[in-house]
Amino acid sequence: MTALDMPPQAAGPRSAPGNGLRRRALAWLAPRPQAQAWTLLAPGTVWMLGFFLVPVIVMCAYSVMPRGEYGGVDPGFTIEAYTRFLHPVYLTILERTFVLAVATTVLSALAGYPVAYTIARSGRWKSLLLFLVVLPFWTSFLVRTFAMIFLMRDTGLINSWLIAAGLRQEPIPMLYTPFSVLAGLVYGYLPFMVLPIYASLEKLDPALLEAAEVLGARPAARFRRVTLPLSAPGLIAGCLLVFIPSLGSYLTSDLLGGAKELLIGNLVQNQFSTARNWPFGSAASFILMIVVLAAVLVYLRLRPPDTVRGW
Amino acid sequence: MGASGIGKLPRWLVAFTAVCLFLMHLPVLVLIVFSFNASKFAVTWTGFTLAWYRRLLERDDILHALQASLIVGITATAIAVTLGTLIALALARHRFRGRTIYEGMMYVPIVTPEIVTGISLLVLFVFLRMPLGLATIIIAHVAFCVPFVVVVVVARLAGMDENLEEAAMTLGADEVTTFFRVTLPLLWPGILSAALLSFILSFDDFVITSLVAGSGSSTLPLVIYSMVRRNIEPSINAISALIVVATSVLLYVSDRMSRRNEPSHA
Repeated sequence: MTALDMPPQAAGPRSAPGNGLRRRALAWLAPRPQAQAWTLLAPGTVWMLGFFLVPVIVMCAYSVMPRGEYGGVDPGFTIEAYTRFLHPVYLTILERTFVLAVATTVLSALAGYPVAYTIARSGRWKSLLLFLVVLPFWTSFLVRTFAMIFLMRDTGLINSWLIAAGLRQEPIPMLYTPFSVLAGLVYGYLPFMVLPIYASLEKLDPALLEAAEVLGARPAARFRRVTLPLSAPGLIAGCLLVFIPSLGSYLTSDLLGGAKELLIGNLVQNQFSTARNWPFGSAASFILMIVVLAAVLVYLRLRPPDTVRGW
Repeated sequence: MGASGIGKLPRWLVAFTAVCLFLMHLPVLVLIVFSFNASKFAVTWTGFTLAWYRRLLERDDILHALQASLIVGITATAIAVTLGTLIALALARHRFRGRTIYEGMMYVPIVTPEIVTGISLLVLFVFLRMPLGLATIIIAHVAFCVPFVVVVVVARLAGMDENLEEAAMTLGADEVTTFFRVTLPLLWPGILSAALLSFILSFDDFVITSLVAGSGSSTLPLVIYSMVRRNIEPSINAISALIVVATSVLLYVSDRMSRRNEPSHA
């Protein structure tokens, strides 16, 4: 209570006189809320502009320049990289990526919704089950992808058990097929589907379901007309969170898919490692980014206005 | 969801969930179990051994990579948490022009595919003639960690009582003192979980790192990747098991610490 008797400046030991620079800076900032905010924002903003925005702009510039002989670019302007993308080979890659991302999203939704529904109503089991869903988030994606190889390769666990059990003579070729890439993506991104659906089911007011029951709706109707519509924001958010990384996936198809399962991500990487066509790689990368941002914009349009921020 | 328990759900639903959760963890569990298997060909159980773990210690490339990963992870986390927390404070505590747009823009790096971020940084570094190495890896890691830090810390700030800061100011503390004496201690659990997220994102990153690492410096994921690529031997299981266990311990510790620091009067 002695603080009340002292002049305000002396209340905190840190604001002792002698720290004139800090006092003058704070005095200058006090009447300037914009300057206060930008003082805090400046360092991070400079970093993000310099190492996120500027690189994307440079990459975009590289995509419209002629190809250099040993990688890199030559001065000049050309849209050859973009016209090259219209070749059927590359359109097939684009289509394959899109189909795979859609399939991953649909399978994750079909598996993730029931899981989220069960967790939301599991009572005292809830925190344990949630922990089990969150754990893979924190486990290295590379390690998890390697684990899939360990299970699915010809000499892997599944095949050797099938053969040992006498169910098969030959191993089933699972690895380096579209199946293994799809399985790897669903395995990798399923938690992204479960968590937002769970979050929206958790918020659902049980009184609404009771009301529907009192009014004579059967369980199936209650689900279809109350639960499902009210959890749609979570479902849509989950679809976005699975669809986006699937579109841009690189590691999964690189390790689990063969050369035939090339996706856009791998195409981009190839142009910088083996093919040494930087303008084309930059163009493919830029197209991938545009497609992803377009998907986000579609989501923002679909999203009901009352959705919680962040999802 | 009220008084409903797991017993009231249809059996098939519970069984389906159990199978899904089991499958989500089966591959990594199998990996860990077989890291103790004596057989080099790794698919039939021939006896318990720690040989694969011992072999890890003999490999200089793995130890060097671990060192590089720790240097990168700690440095990048320190920078990203500082920059990200300052941005979060501005977003949560200050009104400024363009705030909504700024907040929206923070999500752009999060949704951008890693391969795009990595390629664009590679192009920039080559354009600027910067030698690729630990420095470029750290720069790249900070760039992809900052937005995650912002999201986590903003969420924590949103749940904090602004009155405590106002009280400190009324009692005569200036902005800096208030920050160090009131805001920071309250914010600590949020900063800690942001730091953990940032460290794990950095420690696990393969795609971006592989593009901006150059030839001289390898982090742990790069070495693991080349091991997976070249030949599959049980040492990879051993190093994978160690990473999984280390991450789980880190998670557990941070969970305990943030609970202890939770303000009790909330």
